[in-house]
Amino acid sequence: MNRTLRNPIAIGIIAILLLILLVSTVSIVRETDQAVIVRFGQPERILNRYQPGEQYGAGGAGIALRVPFLEQIVWIDKRIQSITMENQQVLSADQQRLEVDAYARYRIVDPLRMYVSARSAENVSSQLQPILSSALRNELGRQPFAALLSPERGQVMENIQTALNRVARQYGAEIVDVRIKHADLPSGTPLDSAYERMRTARTQEARSIEAQGSRQAQIIRADAEAEAVATYARAFNQDPDFYDFYRAMQSYQMSFVADTPTGQPPRGRTSIILSPNNEYLRQFRGGGGGGR
Amino acid sequence: MIRIFGRGARDGASLSDNRGGPWGPGGGGDDGGSGGGPRNPWGQRRRKPSPGGGGGGDGGPGPFDELLRKGRERFGGGFPSDGRPYWLYGLGVILVLWILFTSVWQISPQERGVVTAFGRYTQTIGPGVGFSLPAPFGHVAKFDVQGIRTISIPTSGENLILTGDQNVIDLAYSVRWTIKNPELFAFQIADPEATIRDTAESAMRSAIARVTLDDAIGAGRADVSQRVQANMQQLLDDYGSGVQVEGVAINQSGPPEAVNQAFLEVSAAQQRAQSAINNARSYALQLTARAQGEAAAFDRVYVQYRAAPAVTRRRMYYETMERVLQHVDTTIVEAPGVTPYLALPEIQRRAAELPQPQGAPAQ
Repeated sequence: MNRTLRNPIAIGIIAILLLILLVSTVSIVRETDQAVIVRFGQPERILNRYQPGEQYGAGGAGIALRVPFLEQIVWIDKRIQSITMENQQVLSADQQRLEVDAYARYRIVDPLRMYVSARSAENVSSQLQPILSSALRNELGRQPFAALLSPERGQVMENIQTALNRVARQYGAEIVDVRIKHADLPSGTPLDSAYERMRTARTQEARSIEAQGSRQAQIIRADAEAEAVATYARAFNQDPDFYDFYRAMQSYQMSFVADTPTGQPPRGRTSIILSPNNEYLRQFRGGGGGGR
Repeated sequence: MIRIFGRGARDGASLSDNRGGPWGPGGGGDDGGSGGGPRNPWGQRRRKPSPGGGGGGDGGPGPFDELLRKGRERFGGGFPSDGRPYWLYGLGVILVLWILFTSVWQISPQERGVVTAFGRYTQTIGPGVGFSLPAPFGHVAKFDVQGIRTISIPTSGENLILTGDQNVIDLAYSVRWTIKNPELFAFQIADPEATIRDTAESAMRSAIARVTLDDAIGAGRADVSQRVQANMQQLLDDYGSGVQVEGVAINQSGPPEAVNQAFLEVSAAQQRAQSAINNARSYALQLTARAQGEAAAFDRVYVQYRAAPAVTRRRMYYETMERVLQHVDTTIVEAPGVTPYLALPEIQRRAAELPQPQGAPAQ
C-alpha cells in the first residue's frame, strides 16, 4: 500500500482513472445549457429545461450526476438562437420580384422532443432553414408588392411565424420572432427601372419647379407693368394736351440728340429739311405775331 | 491519498512561510516572470522532473537550484531522492495560487460581474473586489454596463432601402446601446451583437417603409430614428436580451448614387426658379421706380406750366428745337417757286468723312 502510493507512476495512473470517472459522472450544467441524459440511446431525463419567465439561479443549472459510461449527456443551447435566410428571390402576388433577407429567432423549449426528432441542435437549425424559406415564399407570394412595404407587413410576418411555429414545434423549438431584414428590388432590370422612375419623377419635379418660377416671374413683371401704367396714367391724365407736347419735346431730343458713348463714332448724321412754314421759323420769316 | 494531500497541504503551508525566499527568484526565472497567474506554476511543474532526476548539482545555475538547495536544507536527507516532496511542494503552491487567481475578482467601477457556481447563476456583484469559487467550479463574467457600444450599418458600401412610395434610398445609420441587465445579456441570447444588428436592420426597414421618399431623406428623419429606437427596444425586450438601446442616429440619408444627378437637378431647378423670380423682381422695381420718377417729373413741370401755360410752352419748344437743330444738318427751303435740290449723296459723303479725322490720328 505504502509502496504503491509512493510510486509516482502508479499515482498518476490512479489519478487519471479517477479523473475519467469524475468527468463521466459529474458534469456542470450552465445557465445557458439544457441537457438530455441518454441511456443506450433512450432519453432518460432532462436537466435545466427552459421554463418561461424563470429566474436565473432558480432553475436546474448546477452539478448533474449520471451513471458513468452508461449514460451520455446531450447538450442543447438554452438561449435564443437565430436562423437566417439570405438573398432569396421572392415573387409577389402581382409578379414583382423582391430580394428578401429574413431571420427567425427560436429557442429549444422541449429538449426531449428535439432529441427524439432531430438528435442535435444543429439538425434543428438545418431543418428549420428550408422551412423558413418556403413559409416566407408562400406567404409573400400571396401578397401584392405594396403590402410588403406597408404596415400590413406585420400581419404577413405573423402568418409566417404561425406557419413556421407549426413545424418547429415538432422539433421541440419555439419561434420567438420572424422578421424580414431586407426586402429589396433585385439588381438588374427591376432596380434599374425603379431608378428610371425616380429619375423621371425628379425631372418632372424639376420642370414643374422651373415652370412655377417663371410663372411667378411673369406675374411679377406684369404686376409691375400694370402699376407703371397706372402711375403714368394718373400723372399724365391731368392734362393730356400738355402731355402730348411735353412728351413730344422729350422724344425729339431723344431721337435727334441721342448721346453717343464717348470714343465711338456717331450713329449717323440726321438731316432735317424744314419748310419755311415751319412753326420754328415763324419769327425767322419776320411774320411776327402769333398768326400764320 | 488523504495522507498525501495532508502532507502536501502542510508543505504548501510551510512554503508560504518562506515566501520571500524561494518565490522571488522562482517567479523571476520563469518565462520572463510575467504575472500571468496560474499558468506559470504549471510550466514549472513540467520542468520539475529534470532537476529532480538529474540531481541538483549538474543543473544550470537557474533559480530552481536555489529552490532545491533550500528545500534540501530544510528537510535534510529525510526524503528519498526521487523528488516527490518537491513535486507535492509545487503542487500545493500551484493550488494556492490557482485558488487565489481564479476566485478573487476585481470589478471596475463601470463593470458588473455575473457570478456562477457550478454553472448556476448565484449573484451579480458590483464594483470592488468579488469572490467566486475557484476556476473550474465558479466563474465571474464581467460586463461593462456603462460603456456605450456602437453598431454602424452598413459597414461599407451602399445600403439601399425601399421607401413606402417604392423609391430606393441609400441610408447609413448607427445604433448606440448599453447592457442594461448583465444576467440577461449573459444568458439569454446566443449572439447579442448580431441580434442587435438584425433587429436594427429590420426595424429601420419597416420604419422607412412607412414614410415617403421625401420624408426619409428630409424632414421625417428624426421621426424615423425615434420609431426605430422604440421598435428595437421593444423587440430586444421581447427577446429578454438585457440590452438598452440608447439611440439611433441616421448619419446619411439620400438618393442612391445612380439617381443622384436627377436629385441635384431638382435643386438646380429650384435655384433657377428663384433666380428667375429675382430677375423679375428687380425688373419690376426698375420699372415702377422709373414710372414714378417720370410721373413725378411730369407733375413738377406741370405745376409750373399751369402758372404760365403759353410762355412755358413756347420756351420749352424753342429750347428743344435749339438742342435738336444744333446737332443736325438743317436745310431750309425758302421760296415756294424753287425746287429744292436735296443733295443726298453729298450728305452721305460728309457723313462718311466724319469718322476719318478721328481714325487718322490713331494710325
